[in-house]
Amino acid sequence: MAGGDELKLLGSWLSPFATRVKLALALKGLSYAEVEEDLCNKSELLLRSNPVHKKVPVLIHNGVPVCESVIIMQYIDEAFAGAGPSLLPLDPHERAVARFWASYIDEKLVIPWVRSFRGTTEEEKSEGLKQAFAAVENLEGALRECSKGKGGFFGGDGIGLVDITLGSLLTWAHAAEVMSGTRIFDPARTPLLAAWMVRFDELDVAKAVLPDVGRMVEFKTKQARALAAARASDSK
Amino acid sequence: MAREGGLRLLGLTVSPFVVRVRMALQLKGIGYEYIEQDLFTKGELLLVSNRVHKKVPVLIHDGKPVCESLAIVHYVDEVWAATGPSILPADPYERADARFWAAYADSKLLPAWVGIMWAATEEEKAEKVGDTLTAIGHLEEAFGKCSKGKPFFAGDSVGYLDLVLGSQLLWFEALRKMFGVVVIEEGKAPLLSAWVKRFGQTDTAKEVVPDVDIAVQYLKKLQSHRPGSTVAQLLS
Repeated sequence: MAGGDELKLLGSWLSPFATRVKLALALKGLSYAEVEEDLCNKSELLLRSNPVHKKVPVLIHNGVPVCESVIIMQYIDEAFAGAGPSLLPLDPHERAVARFWASYIDEKLVIPWVRSFRGTTEEEKSEGLKQAFAAVENLEGALRECSKGKGGFFGGDGIGLVDITLGSLLTWAHAAEVMSGTRIFDPARTPLLAAWMVRFDELDVAKAVLPDVGRMVEFKTKQARALAAARASDSK
Repeated sequence: MAREGGLRLLGLTVSPFVVRVRMALQLKGIGYEYIEQDLFTKGELLLVSNRVHKKVPVLIHDGKPVCESLAIVHYVDEVWAATGPSILPADPYERADARFWAAYADSKLLPAWVGIMWAATEEEKAEKVGDTLTAIGHLEEAFGKCSKGKPFFAGDSVGYLDLVLGSQLLWFEALRKMFGVVVIEEGKAPLLSAWVKRFGQTDTAKEVVPDVDIAVQYLKKLQSHRPGSTVAQLLS
């Protein structure tokens, strides 16, 4: 990294959005200072750096903040173009396809999947899971197209923007399997993605960056109990 | 205007998502075949070209479809990088900033004003008006920072964020006519108010933006066909 470049990441181990940025930085071989935010008690620095959304992740480069995980990843790719592999392909059509799928993952997979954990009713939760599975089926088709004849990643032989965007969700995927037996990347339904998950988990950057599944299970279990208790007392 | 062989745009005249793509093509001086879609009865070409979302806009270049308006604008900027002005700025930080505010305009501002049109009660309408004005407040501040005293978000001439927000302006006019709601009020948002006038004077706006009465007619048609439609059904 060029001398004089200071990188600071405001994040949380809980946030897959922050995990994406860590994966991107690791892939590019960039060093940075990590600030672990307490999402229930956000720091002055976070509130000042992201006044509009007040959310993690925020990447602060030489004092200047960049917000929104997919925007941050593109920023890293452009500001540090010489470092490590490119996160986006060179061809404009392939780049457009990558941007399409990154946006799809957040809109069509993440949102309903979160609803499947945190929904107020069983109906809401199961509808969320159904929509998440539908999104995963579309992503299976996307992987088939993007990785045609190459190394089995959305980015081809190596991982790229879409792999990182999806890969940041793997701790949730493993935790969900432990907690409820649900396999979001089920080899019977989406074999390419199931194989992709195994491949992604094996990567050095994934091993270094992805949060521990056991820790996530513990947290999610406590969170589910607290939510249930709060709702039970609300309805008394 | 250079006529690019094999370039077609599937669109809806009044959709902000389509308008911004047409603005991008106009800026670059690229000719294309425009095909207006009937979103009540979607045609084969649209369904085949955008299998995942079945929405407009879709840019079909030499038979290959590009979907999602922001991905399309990036695509146009990259493919025709050597033609006409750049749509995105050159500096990585400025690019990140433009992308951040474009995402904000689409995820926070647009659903708020669409919500005004579909509000079932006066209370709901007031809430959506509030959300819209809050978003405008943030964008007013953003204009001050991005423009640095120049006439447009991008500086001396229009760029990415000007197009993304500019593509929503015809609907602000429709809101004024149909609901008496003023989205960008000179007293509350003086910088944006002046920008609206300047933007309206550009060739890009004059050549691409349809008359507000077309938007009003389309809204009336939607209201009679599908009360309570979502953003997606309204404009893509």
